[in-house]
Amino acid sequence: MKKYKHSELIVLGAVMTALFLLMVVLNPGEFLRIGNLQTMAFQLPELGLLSLAMMVTMLTGGINLSIIATANMSGIVTALILTGAINPEAPPPGAGGIILLAVAAGLLTALVIGLLNGLLVARLKVSPILATLGTMTLVNGLAIVTTRGYVISGLPNAVRFIGNGVVLGIPVGAIIFILCAALMALILNRTPLGFNIYMLGSNPVASRYSGVNNTTVIIKTYLISSLYAGFAALIMLSRFNSAKAGYGKSYLLITILASVLGGTSAAGGFGRVSGLVMALVILQVVSSGLNLLRVSSFLTITFWGVIIILVMVMNFFSAKLKERRLV
Amino acid sequence: MKNLFKHHETYVLLVIIVFSAIITTINPNFLTLENFFDLAKSYSFIGILAVGVTIVLISGGIDISFTAVATVGEYVMAVMVIKYGGNMFTAVLLVAVVGIALGMINAVLIYFFNIPTIITTIATLNIYYGILIVISGGKWIYALPDWFRNFADIRLFTLRTAQGLEYGLSIITATWFAIIIIAWIILRYTKLGRGIYAMGGSMNAARRAGFNIFGIQMFVYSFMGLMAGIAGLVQALLVQTVAPNSIVGKELDVIAAVVLGGASLAGGSGTLFGTILGVTLIAIMGNGLTLMRVSSFWYDVFIGLVIIISVGFSAYQRREKVKRTILVEGE
Repeated sequence: MKKYKHSELIVLGAVMTALFLLMVVLNPGEFLRIGNLQTMAFQLPELGLLSLAMMVTMLTGGINLSIIATANMSGIVTALILTGAINPEAPPPGAGGIILLAVAAGLLTALVIGLLNGLLVARLKVSPILATLGTMTLVNGLAIVTTRGYVISGLPNAVRFIGNGVVLGIPVGAIIFILCAALMALILNRTPLGFNIYMLGSNPVASRYSGVNNTTVIIKTYLISSLYAGFAALIMLSRFNSAKAGYGKSYLLITILASVLGGTSAAGGFGRVSGLVMALVILQVVSSGLNLLRVSSFLTITFWGVIIILVMVMNFFSAKLKERRLV
Repeated sequence: MKNLFKHHETYVLLVIIVFSAIITTINPNFLTLENFFDLAKSYSFIGILAVGVTIVLISGGIDISFTAVATVGEYVMAVMVIKYGGNMFTAVLLVAVVGIALGMINAVLIYFFNIPTIITTIATLNIYYGILIVISGGKWIYALPDWFRNFADIRLFTLRTAQGLEYGLSIITATWFAIIIIAWIILRYTKLGRGIYAMGGSMNAARRAGFNIFGIQMFVYSFMGLMAGIAGLVQALLVQTVAPNSIVGKELDVIAAVVLGGASLAGGSGTLFGTILGVTLIAIMGNGLTLMRVSSFWYDVFIGLVIIISVGFSAYQRREKVKRTILVEGE
């Protein structure tokens, strides 16, 4: 089994390298420019953090359709506090403290939504897709009601730094993403919680009989997922320089694609952060490369669809081949 | 009587009755035939899609790509009838062919490569929609033929309000009702229908019982495609413009309506009656909030609450039932 997982990562790595080289060849001189690589690093974190939020729930055999709504709601709460308390033209002394408070309030909002998801899935045993479809609609509705459908803008400059700042040539958003991805890998691979998440995903009954409290594990999973949606909210807030209900809605289905492309099983139990990161790089390389070629962004989503199907087909055949060899 | 309360549908029906009563006391215009026919017409688009989604869910799968299929069908139809002329028959034929073909592609990917249905259809959603936008340039189509405009106004029978305004059963609504009846007959009275339930309950058991799994998958996703195509046509009839970006993004709304009606995502259960109730509930909520002069901002909040309470309640019921069964076995 271990070898099988390994082979998926090899397929992914090969596809990633091939696409990268292809884009370098198609855009000679342009693709490898620092500017382009930086743009890619600016764009990836948003989808990246949302995909991590999606992936962790998929590992338990669940799904979280409410991540985008959560991110927007969390961003709106932060933005409301910031615009209410700080005048961007003349920031008051102690603005840093207010910003921290606003961010904390946003993350707390995300955690409350995560708790609701967790309780619905773990305690009431509602199927995750339905529970989160409900919270998605509810939270999105609440976001519309709080903002009356308007855009909240006029954020202090410090917030803009998160999504647009650069440290040592590396975009701050990318640094946040790397840290968050590393943290997720740490949780999944080095903590009892991570072990339980994988075990629950492959077999909930076995997990329960081996003394794992499935309820707590699921609730924690949805809390983590929501927290990551909250992190994504910060980057979205900063990149759009505003907050609104309905930002980034089209990301939702893409995060599922990215997770599955990265080797996360839709049935749960399998999937690694490294695979997801490779998948995200693949999507970003295709999108940036085609953009340089002046190809319509809609053709990009077509390619994304084709790539996921091709990778799934390749995995299907490699699994078959393994089976035959085993026989 | 006791049996009645075991069904999810009964509760949805109760909620609908209570809602209707509240709305009617606040605004008596709600409970009029005129409003009913209006609502039925404008919700036939979601209603037709919901029939397809119900069958996919019963079969144990899920389809996300139907909004893209509807858009492609609608667009191809509009372009063709404007360029080459035609009539309503060719229009129906065009959306049917496009819908079924795209549905078959889904079925082939799902069956032969064993890709989870949700992944396959999210991928094909992006593929179908992306290709359409690239080829069409995202242009809206306004210049639909006269016969197309006239068809949308056909009524099977016409009534008059006290003020002399005409209303009645639109041919669009009638199409939706006819589709429901056909789907109901297929699910209830054919071997194919039994096979769909069997496959949703357990793929392996259905295979061993001798059902042709490939055939059933093919039917389920082509039927979904056909429904999507017809829904696309209905959408064009209703709004008389073809906007490539007007349908995609509504996938989860339709699935939510079906799920409200009690179809389980685990497959093997769900009824068309439940789906009709789910769509009715969504329609009444939207219409009722307007009639009660509640700001439309609150719409999603209410729908979200209804979904959470509904799925939470039926999950709770299921859990209680399991507890009871265990007790009985223990004795």
